Amino acid sequence: MTDSNSIEINITSHTKNLPVVRGAVERMAHLEGFADADAHALTWAIDEALANVIEHGYGGMSDQPITVQLTPVRAPDGRQGIAVAVRDRGRQVDPATIQGRPLDEVRPGGLGVHIIQSVMDEFDYSCPEDGGMLLRMVKYVGSTAGAGSGGSHTNREGAQSNRGSQV
Amino acid sequence: MSEKPGKLIQDVRKKGEATVVVLNGDVDLHHSPALHAALVDVASERPKRLMVDLSAVPYIDSSGIGTFVEVFRRVAAYKGKMVFFGLNSRVRGVFEITKLDKFFTLCENEEQAEVV
Repeated sequence: MTDSNSIEINITSHTKNLPVVRGAVERMAHLEGFADADAHALTWAIDEALANVIEHGYGGMSDQPITVQLTPVRAPDGRQGIAVAVRDRGRQVDPATIQGRPLDEVRPGGLGVHIIQSVMDEFDYSCPEDGGMLLRMVKYVGSTAGAGSGGSHTNREGAQSNRGSQV
Repeated sequence: MSEKPGKLIQDVRKKGEATVVVLNGDVDLHHSPALHAALVDVASERPKRLMVDLSAVPYIDSSGIGTFVEVFRRVAAYKGKMVFFGLNSRVRGVFEITKLDKFFTLCENEEQAEVV
């Protein structure tokens, strides 16, 4: 179930915009009843998603469009949540090729989607027909996700976007 | 939060055979490239101990973690030691969720970071 208090943030792919989005997301999460830990987890996941788009979807170009949509939702058990859609016009990759890497390999790169997977309750990449990528995610308050224990995910276990191997 | 990437590094000082790098602000994709360059610069002087003060870092993302991993490797290559101290719970959580808390040396404070 959703309510009508959805917000949309349109930015260019400049890294300077990342803290602006983080601030807005964290504020909205608190307004929707998220405690600090859950608000931070949501903010962190969106930040990682945006960084992935900027670095790999757009190859570092700073003037490309990204839209972040945040919509309050409720879990079947009534818990408050926020659904997120991150939409870009960057390079498409087949979501089926999204791969992870073992965390026992200590090296730069390959942790961004691991973090998203760890802190969000749901996430799913898709390739819209009109180009770019769409990442849908949901975070509910008080879920086990965010403690590093994982949650119920709609994507592959240990996924990492092959748009590039960022940390 | 820092507006300019270079402002993330608040101070670099010598302490005996150690070098202490004090960061101030969010360590994110906006700041990580400049931070990487600065830490590589510090590591090129081959301090026996490179201590990174994170007590004024409210936020770190995976690009920041990647920067630390890369610099850690450089320091380890010349048999130096790289330690972090002053992490708040959120920043510590980033290390934990990426399982790098087992890999890096994380200390409560500067005094501990000097001797660990």
